[in-house]
Amino acid sequence: MLSKKLRFFFLCGVFALAAAVRAEVVIEHWQTPTGAKVYFVQSAALPILDVELDFAAGAIFDPPQKAGLAATVGALLEMGAGGMTETEISDRLADAGAYLASGAEDDLARVSLRTLAAPDKREAAIGVLEAVLREPHFAVEVFERERARSIAAIRDALTRPAPVAQRAFRAALYPGHPYGNAATPESLAAIQPSDLRDFWRAHYFAANANISIVGDLQRPAAEALAERLAAALPRAASLPVLPAQPERASAGTKTRLPHPSSTQAHIYLGLPAIARDDPDFFPLLVGNYILGGGGFVSRLMKEVREKRGYAYSVYSYFSPMKQSGPFTIGLQTRREQANEALAVTRQVLEGFLADGPTAAELAAAKDYLAGSFPLNLDSNRKILAQIANIGFYDLPLDYLAQYPSRIRAVTLPEICAAFARHVRMGELVEVIVGAED
Amino acid sequence: MKSSRGLCRVLACLVSGFIFFHGAFAASGPATFATTLSNGLKVVMREDTRAPVAAQMVWYRVGSMDEVDGFSGVAHLLEHMMFKGTPKVGAGEFSRRVAAVGGRDNAFTNSDYTAYFQQVPKERLGEVMALEADRMRHLSVAPEEFAQEIKVVMEERRLRTEDNPQALLFEQTHAVAFQTHPYRRPVIGWMNDLENMTAADARAWHRAWYAPNNATLVVCGDVDHEAVFRLARRHYGKLKARKLPVTKPQREPAQKGIRRLVVKGAAELPFLLMAWKVPGVERMDGPIAPFALEMLLAILDGHEGARLSRRLVRDRQLANSVGASYDALNRGPALFYLYGNPVPGQTPEALETALLAEIDDIAQNGVSAEELARGKAQLLASEIYKLDSVFGQAMEIGRMSVLGFDDRDIAAYVARLETVTAEDIQTAAQTLFGEDGLTVGVLQPTPVK
Repeated sequence: MLSKKLRFFFLCGVFALAAAVRAEVVIEHWQTPTGAKVYFVQSAALPILDVELDFAAGAIFDPPQKAGLAATVGALLEMGAGGMTETEISDRLADAGAYLASGAEDDLARVSLRTLAAPDKREAAIGVLEAVLREPHFAVEVFERERARSIAAIRDALTRPAPVAQRAFRAALYPGHPYGNAATPESLAAIQPSDLRDFWRAHYFAANANISIVGDLQRPAAEALAERLAAALPRAASLPVLPAQPERASAGTKTRLPHPSSTQAHIYLGLPAIARDDPDFFPLLVGNYILGGGGFVSRLMKEVREKRGYAYSVYSYFSPMKQSGPFTIGLQTRREQANEALAVTRQVLEGFLADGPTAAELAAAKDYLAGSFPLNLDSNRKILAQIANIGFYDLPLDYLAQYPSRIRAVTLPEICAAFARHVRMGELVEVIVGAED
Repeated sequence: MKSSRGLCRVLACLVSGFIFFHGAFAASGPATFATTLSNGLKVVMREDTRAPVAAQMVWYRVGSMDEVDGFSGVAHLLEHMMFKGTPKVGAGEFSRRVAAVGGRDNAFTNSDYTAYFQQVPKERLGEVMALEADRMRHLSVAPEEFAQEIKVVMEERRLRTEDNPQALLFEQTHAVAFQTHPYRRPVIGWMNDLENMTAADARAWHRAWYAPNNATLVVCGDVDHEAVFRLARRHYGKLKARKLPVTKPQREPAQKGIRRLVVKGAAELPFLLMAWKVPGVERMDGPIAPFALEMLLAILDGHEGARLSRRLVRDRQLANSVGASYDALNRGPALFYLYGNPVPGQTPEALETALLAEIDDIAQNGVSAEELARGKAQLLASEIYKLDSVFGQAMEIGRMSVLGFDDRDIAAYVARLETVTAEDIQTAAQTLFGEDGLTVGVLQPTPVK
């Protein structure tokens, strides 16, 4: 350890910096001349810089017969670009101590960079990021290799009950919609090399991008960085068009799939529920905490795990997305008792829908959700995730500041009404993999 | 190999590389303070003022390696029972009270230690200290609570191990690599031991091992260290030290020849796991070999362009995935792993040959100065990145402490890694990867049926 004198010296340094950065998270927001939206939080406490670009380029834009296209494009961005091979890219980043990641989810594709903030280190890392945005190679041999790996990994995953159940659940929730259309060996085989570049051009342009920046950078430098990255992106195309809204299932389907090797049954219940801009977001968030979101203190945890020992993990959650994202209940239990565990789970949900939470449960949920809010902002990484979410889903700039009071304002009738609008027992989709016949 | 009470995915990111930054930035690095209470409880405090939060962790130097045959899994089961009530705090009440103050809590067990934690708004630290101190001494282990919880743990074993062929392969490979050392037993316990476990077993475990003189309290966050020490004395100071059980070393005898095993399981791709018995770190100023192995790990698998992935996945397209793993800091013996899936049409034998050839290449030709510099650049950067997580800092400090080191050793560890030379790495590759200390496990796919 350092000498006492030295330590005193840097204590002063930490406190001085801390005083400068301790206030609330201040989000600065602007647009680049090319139309990219920028969200910036300056944080000088650590010599780190995080940059994330989010594009409306997720699997929701996959063509029906080519599921997996968005994910393939996202993954291949960093595998060769701007004259650098994939190995040169990863070596350059490692030399700078930087990490770059790219990939796609349901709604968005994400390219993120973490680098040291010192100008020489960050310049090397940003140079690589810029090349990846400007000129990804999509080399045919790299594509074919990665496709073969993905196909092998999918086939391997589909020998295990959990991935089988998750796919069957999504497919049952979203028939005919990209949210239900997972990549298969066949859909990956249908992708042509030219599809990659076409998809990239159609989605990875500035007006379709959000740029989030957190770290040890001054505002003018952040502006220059955002402009440089946005300028690297391909010429603007027309904004991608979302598919038709998922159909609202009129009657719940029940799917049972065998899995003789599995000792547990994997159970999923749910339905398409809410988009991110739904006004019921907060009532559903608070209500779900009570039902199955609140870790060890939820009703599902208490009835299924604590009282009966049916499962190690049981939960419920809403996934608000661009379009109606799912409400999901999940658990795994010894195959012989799948029906009993399912019955208890349904009873808990039914009771919750019928009677709503108690006043005590509501108060506890608010105490946790509002009280724990500082834990959502206690690192640069978490702040980055928050502002990227705000940017991509067009949430108000004061979203974080308002969050605790929005939680506190939720009432019992609002929760009941919101659940009544979005979760109906008769519409629940049920998927069970690996139960006894 | 961790087993946790629940849903604690954050722990998956805890891998090797427990190290402390140094260099220019150290001059404004975080301040760490340590003291020991009169009852033997070690207290370590890291001030991090970036956000108004605090993490409390209590680490016990007891894990599955302290169990005896027939009782495997009791350390982990007890971890679950720690949430099941004390005379003052009812079953399930612990987590409710933590949530009520806006906090998150969980716990985890592995072979070497058991740890409990809460993350809270900083002004609520005293309340969670009171709760944690209470269950250090007073635990109910009611038979009716035990009866449900043991079922939960069996479901956990089914989820993590029974239905996960790669996890079964890891479990079986440990059981073959170690014959006398308790690392041969899985943390979560054999199913038959779980089926025969009693509430009395759990109670005895708590009574034997849960004492202030077998624990380290770590706090990290926006709290003054003197205030933390005062709180610690108030809540934990009254607990009395206990005489701890004496355990035997159970040192593993030298392995005299390669060991092979096959596990059959539902899968499409075979999986190959190679594990060598290698030295770990006993002292920061001890032999260089374990430090050389850490840098070897970085050169083999430190980034996407590192040797294993570049050569076997990208260039030769022999493996669908490949990796290496090594943890130099353990209470027991260390293993260095190489593993991967061969691509369809390739065999585990071909992948094994290729992995051995990678070690042999370094033994013959060494590593380049560029590769070594790259590994060190990543190391130094990660020393700064880890300061972004309050909880991550508490993890590192607590783990070092229960392994018998102190927070100063974190910096010493990195300083030592920085001295590793290309020759050290070549020597490690030449001398530590003989087949006599090697265990090779293969997952042989069977149809789902």
